[in-house]
Amino acid sequence: MADPHQLFDDTSSAQSRGYGAQRAPGGLGYPTASASPQSAFLGDPVSNMAMAYGSSLAAQGKELVDKNIDRFIPVTKLKYYFAVDTMYVGKKLGLLFFPYLHQDWEVQYQQDTPVAPRFDVNAPDLYIPAMAFITYVLVAGLALGTQDRFSPDLLGLQASSALAWLTLEVLAILLSLYLVTVNTDLTTIDLVAFLGYKYVGMIGGVLMGLLFGKVVYYLVLGWCCVSIFVFMIRTLRLKILAEAAAEGIPVRGARNQLRMYLTMAVAAAQPLLMYWLTFHLVR
Amino acid sequence: MAFTLYSLLQAALLCVNAIAVLHEERFLKNIGWGTDQGIGGFEEEPGIKSQLMNLIRSVRTVMRVPLIIVNSIAIILLLLFG
Repeated sequence: MADPHQLFDDTSSAQSRGYGAQRAPGGLGYPTASASPQSAFLGDPVSNMAMAYGSSLAAQGKELVDKNIDRFIPVTKLKYYFAVDTMYVGKKLGLLFFPYLHQDWEVQYQQDTPVAPRFDVNAPDLYIPAMAFITYVLVAGLALGTQDRFSPDLLGLQASSALAWLTLEVLAILLSLYLVTVNTDLTTIDLVAFLGYKYVGMIGGVLMGLLFGKVVYYLVLGWCCVSIFVFMIRTLRLKILAEAAAEGIPVRGARNQLRMYLTMAVAAAQPLLMYWLTFHLVR
Repeated sequence: MAFTLYSLLQAALLCVNAIAVLHEERFLKNIGWGTDQGIGGFEEEPGIKSQLMNLIRSVRTVMRVPLIIVNSIAIILLLLFG
């Protein structure tokens, strides 16, 4: 009859019971100085081993996921787009609402790689578009709620609809970039970032419209539309037309004209979509 | 506007089907968009028309087999779930 309830006894203060030798190889480092019922559970060798095994399994699984995640989602590339700080976000939002005084729109490079958004206000980021998209869905729910038209599946419908329009825009622009054979370093994620900036103006317009009425909605939306138009033209001009300008050879008029038309078309689509996605929210 | 991602997928499937059914001899050659009429030398500017012809030709070549599979799946799903 040598202690039938050893599993439930407090063994923390019992150095003479021989559990010390078995506890050391467990090596989990849990503090066993406290005389509490939990340490009896932790001090038991079986659960020690079980915990060690479990934690080693978890570490292995984490390694596996880390190794393979890069194959499906380019995590390291995405991290660049989320390297933002508060000052950058503030300056970028100011730029989105008032781009008229900003002089230098070039992205600074650091040995062939663009500088992180934290250090350069012209660099595209995915933080603002992602946050703005989610806020847009929430504000749409709020707007529908004030008109007694809300139901939870409408939220999902709004999100899905906005996402579908975004996808369609990205595909259309990629197709036209291919057709016009523009050699640009505008990646798809860059494009998603630029196209996501219009949600900021949309949120502003809808919120002002909810607070102050339809006229204010139209005014604020008009202002945001013009700002986004100018912002897109000034940003895309450097990306799409830079090739021709930077090469230095005399530019053939037709080609450059086509690229200019493309830039104007992309920029003009932004106000249209901004209106289309918000007019049914403010009545 | 009930424009969901699912309807976007449906539209994309229909568009790719439309490109795949263009008949080479009866149609494309008659409007001068045949596959052997476009590869005219290595000029500097490919131009929109030759880019489009390239795109159509590559879509038809690449998507022939996957389209069979995706269409079969779509038919079965629509039969089962309406």
